[in-house]
Amino acid sequence: MNRLSGEEWQGGHYLSVPLSSHTHTNAHLQRHTRTHTHTHTHTFTLSRVVPSVAALMTWLHSAAFTRRLARSIAYLFPSGLFDNKAKPLMKHPDEVFPKQRAVQWGADGRPFHFLFYTGKQSYYSLMHDTFTKALAVEKHQDRLRGKGLFTQDAKQISLVGSRWLLKEELEELLVETISDHDYARFIQLMERLLSLPYCSAEEDFVQRYRRQLEIQSSKQQVQPLQYDQHGVAYSTGDGRRKTATGTVLLRDSGSGSISINGTNYVHYFPVLQDREQLMFPLHFMGVLGRFDMQCSVSGGGHSSQAGALRLAISRAMLSFLSEGQVETMRQAGLLTPDPRIKERKKPGQEGARRKFTWKKR
Amino acid sequence: MGVVVQWKLLTRDLMRTTHSMDFNYQSYFFDLQWEGTARASMAAGVLTKGLCGLCQPRIVAAGYSCSGPLYATATAVKTLPLQTDSTAVTDKIQNLPLETSDFFRLSELFSLKDLFDARVHLGHKKGCRHRLMEPYLFGNRLDQDIIDLDQTMEHLQSALNFTAHIAYRGGVILFVSRRRQFGHLVESTAGDCGEYAHTRYWQGGLLTNAPIQYGPGVRLPDLIVFLSTLNNVFQQHVGVRDAAKMNIPTVGVVDSNCNPSLVTYPVPGNDDTPAAMELYCRLFKMTINRAKDKRRQMELLQGLSPAGLTPGSS
Repeated sequence: MNRLSGEEWQGGHYLSVPLSSHTHTNAHLQRHTRTHTHTHTHTFTLSRVVPSVAALMTWLHSAAFTRRLARSIAYLFPSGLFDNKAKPLMKHPDEVFPKQRAVQWGADGRPFHFLFYTGKQSYYSLMHDTFTKALAVEKHQDRLRGKGLFTQDAKQISLVGSRWLLKEELEELLVETISDHDYARFIQLMERLLSLPYCSAEEDFVQRYRRQLEIQSSKQQVQPLQYDQHGVAYSTGDGRRKTATGTVLLRDSGSGSISINGTNYVHYFPVLQDREQLMFPLHFMGVLGRFDMQCSVSGGGHSSQAGALRLAISRAMLSFLSEGQVETMRQAGLLTPDPRIKERKKPGQEGARRKFTWKKR
Repeated sequence: MGVVVQWKLLTRDLMRTTHSMDFNYQSYFFDLQWEGTARASMAAGVLTKGLCGLCQPRIVAAGYSCSGPLYATATAVKTLPLQTDSTAVTDKIQNLPLETSDFFRLSELFSLKDLFDARVHLGHKKGCRHRLMEPYLFGNRLDQDIIDLDQTMEHLQSALNFTAHIAYRGGVILFVSRRRQFGHLVESTAGDCGEYAHTRYWQGGLLTNAPIQYGPGVRLPDLIVFLSTLNNVFQQHVGVRDAAKMNIPTVGVVDSNCNPSLVTYPVPGNDDTPAAMELYCRLFKMTINRAKDKRRQMELLQGLSPAGLTPGSS
């Protein structure tokens, strides 16, 4: 019979693997249909796993089946919804909710802090404590004077390389807002404490309200020295000024010759001012005749090219210098790129600053 | 339209309830949620006697407890018939000091000679004299006013006694002085006796606008002690007027150039000399500590033996 019965046809579906609770018998799965081999493989695997209907039912409700089902669905219908990268990015609650004051009084209504009724308890208590310490230091000094042991050259607190807390930082520390006047008074009181000769007893207290300054020169990235095949040290640097860019190859050969774009620097820069710009970094560090320079520069005019080369030379020289010398160069302004560029022309004016001729009538 | 009708019904209901209570003054004030029990008691007392009961030196009215916030005492009043033992004990603790005139024996803390040695009798020059201070002055020598120390003794005794009673009942005491020379001393004194101090710039609404400035449910001071009633520009401190507005009793050291009228317990005396200020601070600190110690002692005694009651021995 060519015509297939309803049952046979039903048995031939690919998804006839029993996913629902209605029963399928092994005999049904064993029908010879269009997907004969497929059902046979299914039957074979299924019959290995599920020998009977009861066992089949048990398996359908098992955890292993649920896991397999979940994996199958994840494979068949991939979704990026549960990726780690798809999770929402949230800030830490401390960053979202600002620090707030808890309730300032107990169950009986009595406030906890003795300066509560001033309104700015943390700030005034800080002032009170600082003044108490100043009084204690003065009392100590008076006792020493009484004994005759007072000397002006007592150990002082080192304030080099640190700064006072900023107003915002102090507000954050005290968890309350203070005015500029309050901040000024606080700094004034601390300075008064520091003016006492024997204030080193309160060093910890003072340092709590100071922050270390970052050393600016440590921000400079100094390239390490490179050596060519003859053992001569060399370094490169590049610089920009207006629209000119220049690069320099500095060699520690000791001749002091300078070539720019293949030509001698005297021919390339006929103007003295430009040559002075080239000399300045070397002259400043006292290494005029030491280095050999091969420069290439393009863009801009002669002045800006000279400025670009000066910056390039300064940067190339950093590799040959010590930390202290780098700091002196930075303070001289040799390492700062000149930010000045041509100002744009504005509408309604003839140039950047020049206005149109004003006519009275 | 419906909203307006509802509002009228609401107000009518409220009025009906208040009238039905026969306008009980105590609960009226408790409902209005005013802070400061002493104020409520005094306000109630004022209303029963009549208006303008300000600045009259009076002893703490018996029967109104000053300890704890307003709502706590309200609930205590309402539930009075239920609790017998604990309220009887607390009543004894609170009423016993009122039976003796100098329960805390504060007269032994200072003498007239101490006041004289601390130069409390020295006032300002005749030109700075305030008219209302004339009753308190003994006389004038070489253009300098001399304050009558006999009167100062009496006033100081009553002021210290009042402070002790307030401290005994766990009241909040605020020390105020705007003299920069003694600001640190006053703050230290307050810190030492567990009370509060304000020797800084007085923000306008500190007492009158307290719920907004500090947060709802704040407890205002029950007593303000002015160690100098003037501010830095020789005008009366704003706190004196505000305390009178908020019905907070004040104790104030008034010099010959000060106005004593708004101060509840004025103490005529010098407020410029360090010796005098140290004397006052020491006296107030000892008073408050004594009163608190006595209270703790009383509570311990009552806790041990509720039946037997011995007048407190120091």
